[in-house]
Amino acid sequence: MGQIQLKQVTKSFGDVQVIPPLDLTIQDGEFTVFVGPSGCGKSTLLRLIAGLEDITTGTIEIDGKDATDVVPAKRGLAMVFQSYALYPHMSVRKNIAFPLRMAKMDQAEIDKRVEAAASVLNLTDYLDRRPGQLSGGQRQRVAIGRAIVREPAAFLFDEPLSNLDAALRVGMRLEISELHERLKTTMIYVTHDQVEAMTMADKIVVLQAGVIEQVGSPLELYRTPRNLFVAGFIGSPKMNFIEGEEAAKHNTTTIGIRPEHIDVVEANGQWQGTVGVAEHLGSDTFFHIHNTGLAETLTVRAIGDVSLRHGDTIHLNPRIEEIHRFDAAGLRIA
Amino acid sequence: MARAISPRRKLITTAAAWTIALIIFFPIFWTILTSFKTEAQAINDPPLFFNFDWTLENYSVVQERSDYMRFLWNSVIIAGGSTLLGILIAVPAAWSMAFVPSRRTKDILLWMLSTKMLPAVGVLYPISLLFVEFNLLDTRIGLVVVLMLINLPIIVWMLYTYFREIPGEILEAARMDGATLKEEILYVLTPMAIPGIASTVLLNFILAWNEAFWTLNLTAANAAPLTAFIASYSSPEGLFFAKLSAASTMAIAPILILGWFSQKQLVRGLTFGAVK
Amino acid sequence: MATKASRSAARIMMAPAVVLLLGWMLVPLIMTLYFSFKRYLPLRGDSLDRGLDWVGFDNYVRFISSSSFWPSVQTTLVMVGGVLIITVVLGILLAMLLDQPFFGQGVVRILVIAPFFVMPTVSALVWKNMMMDPVNGVLSHLWRFFGAEPVSWLSDVPLGSIVLIVSWQWLPFATLILLTAIQSLDSEQLEAAEMDGAPPLRRFWHIVLPHLSRAITIVILIQTIFLLSIFAEIFVTTGGAFGTRTLTYLIFQRVIDSQNIGLGSAGGVYAIILANIVAIFLMRIVGKNLDK
Repeated sequence: MGQIQLKQVTKSFGDVQVIPPLDLTIQDGEFTVFVGPSGCGKSTLLRLIAGLEDITTGTIEIDGKDATDVVPAKRGLAMVFQSYALYPHMSVRKNIAFPLRMAKMDQAEIDKRVEAAASVLNLTDYLDRRPGQLSGGQRQRVAIGRAIVREPAAFLFDEPLSNLDAALRVGMRLEISELHERLKTTMIYVTHDQVEAMTMADKIVVLQAGVIEQVGSPLELYRTPRNLFVAGFIGSPKMNFIEGEEAAKHNTTTIGIRPEHIDVVEANGQWQGTVGVAEHLGSDTFFHIHNTGLAETLTVRAIGDVSLRHGDTIHLNPRIEEIHRFDAAGLRIA
Repeated sequence: MARAISPRRKLITTAAAWTIALIIFFPIFWTILTSFKTEAQAINDPPLFFNFDWTLENYSVVQERSDYMRFLWNSVIIAGGSTLLGILIAVPAAWSMAFVPSRRTKDILLWMLSTKMLPAVGVLYPISLLFVEFNLLDTRIGLVVVLMLINLPIIVWMLYTYFREIPGEILEAARMDGATLKEEILYVLTPMAIPGIASTVLLNFILAWNEAFWTLNLTAANAAPLTAFIASYSSPEGLFFAKLSAASTMAIAPILILGWFSQKQLVRGLTFGAVK
Repeated sequence: MATKASRSAARIMMAPAVVLLLGWMLVPLIMTLYFSFKRYLPLRGDSLDRGLDWVGFDNYVRFISSSSFWPSVQTTLVMVGGVLIITVVLGILLAMLLDQPFFGQGVVRILVIAPFFVMPTVSALVWKNMMMDPVNGVLSHLWRFFGAEPVSWLSDVPLGSIVLIVSWQWLPFATLILLTAIQSLDSEQLEAAEMDGAPPLRRFWHIVLPHLSRAITIVILIQTIFLLSIFAEIFVTTGGAFGTRTLTYLIFQRVIDSQNIGLGSAGGVYAIILANIVAIFLMRIVGKNLDK
């Protein structure tokens, strides 16, 4: 079990309120990702759930029980830290066993669980090493191992992949997703990387300045972003925003269209401009286009290798049905 | 990346560095050497370097005449006791300041440092008076307490700078793993902080060992440590160079050896973490 | 950042250190202040039991107007200033030398640092007798070797001799700290200056020295605080004679030798004020460093 409910939770540091009143329910077994730019309060929110910070007002319930004043150790949650926070003076085996030792479990049971976790995480050969002798990816696995042996009500991940290099990050992303598939335990995952959020989450919580901008499944956020912020944050490359005359044609102040929803045509496009930088990825090509009269730069994704170069004129057709309209307050008009 | 240095330049630097180092070290070298001479050889003209009959006689004379071992024991008790007592009081305080900082932490740290700067002579009489009042004059326990108090700010500071280097996330991880505060300090913080605590102990032992204001002014016969023992040689009596040398060598040898181990920590401890 | 529970635990754990230091600071300080306004000459029958006469600022005025006050201030300034100049200048040069690659770096470092670990009474006595004795001291042998008349160090140049002894004790400290600071200088910065065509002397002046300025300030402040209370070195060499009586030593004599507690306490208050002026500057620097 691992249902977590936040009711009217606020957090202030001194006079500064970093989290205004906030309600959120995380269902049992759900993989929830908190995403937002740095300083948006996502890590603070996670630490409030963990109990590493006191909430200023409001209540936190875990499985229907009030956990607001429960110390971190007694909440039944496990956390994987950004720096992994492994105990440098203990072997991998002792690191993974530490929470079990603290729970006064008997040694035979501890050994069994550590062995099991190690084999799941491919750490069996490294059990007697110190964290300092491991690679970044292996340390990450130890941190996860230390979390899973306790069989917690929920896992909390605080930007766990941000210290890994790009290739490892993709691999660990898959491993964590697989782990969730297998354990079916509630996971709360904090990241500033919207790709991680999109690929891993059952449910994404987009935060900005301590406020929840939108909660929904990855595709809901992609298809129907509630406002300009979510529209700009989810999706890569970013959605293009166009104001002025072109927006007025759609009876609003701002329209948005994703780069993948603009087609490159040979001639007579509805829009046209000159190619600035062209990024050739092979499967796709991203054009950054100037002089369109719409926005300073327009980003367009073309499938495959389109051979247009710097300075060439490009013709474009937006897919009208994919255009998002936003009102003056930045809210999406359905 | 350091660049290749021409061998000639390296030789010149070597010669210069060694010459200066030997000049600086010479008084200590000379003292140690003289301690193995007879009194007559000690004042021989020209000075004798290695061409003399080595003797250990001075050491036994010093021990017999002034009971060196008693002073040594006092030094060990006073320096060791004050350091250990200081560590016991400072570890929890430094833990609090490093891991649960509040808005006042910085002020408290600076205030502690400011007590270290109180000139001892300014409070000499009050302290003597209190010592008389509580029968602490010329007792080891009195000196243990005073030296602990004068070094406590340095101990707190050193531990604080070491503790601050331990990532807070590791302690939080322990908390998440179900450790109580006691278990967190016992199983996670202390093992990680041992190198820092060891350096702090070492440096403060040295500082207490060499302290020469309170040890001279608050002791007479019973509790006098080596600083006072050596001061008794300030009024010469006949030929005494070799004996003075032997006594000095015995007073500084233990601490020189300890001191050489603690060079790195010395910088940090004495600059309150401002230079690392 | 923390929770309420850990904050209250922190307060309890900090209490012993804070309370002890507060007592250590306040009790003697208040007593000194109290005595400084009293006539208190135990040898003439004054005693705490019978009560002491209130004399207002008499002691403060008498301490300053005594004929030994200004000379002692002058001695203090010369001694502290002399040691500071010697240790900082030689310390910079030595630190730069030791920063170069050479054979036996470890041993040289150990030899250079050694004087710092010698207890003050030993170093003073070793210098007084083994080195500076006018007949048998090493320096007199050296003088005679070069055909010069040996110097009676402690009676002819007493203040200079003590400055020499104290400098010998503190040079390792200055060197070690400045060496640590030099080693933290980013070598790319120097290489960039070299690429920009700056000759060695200018590189020293414009890059090394500014980089060292903070360490130099710290060395000066910390040494000043310790040097202001130099005691044992004077106690075992000249005993304050021959113009080596510093402010600290003068106060010591007033309290211990002439048993004029009131006068000595007033002097003590002056010393405390003086030390605090220096301390404020040091605290500023250390405090700034804390914010990082």
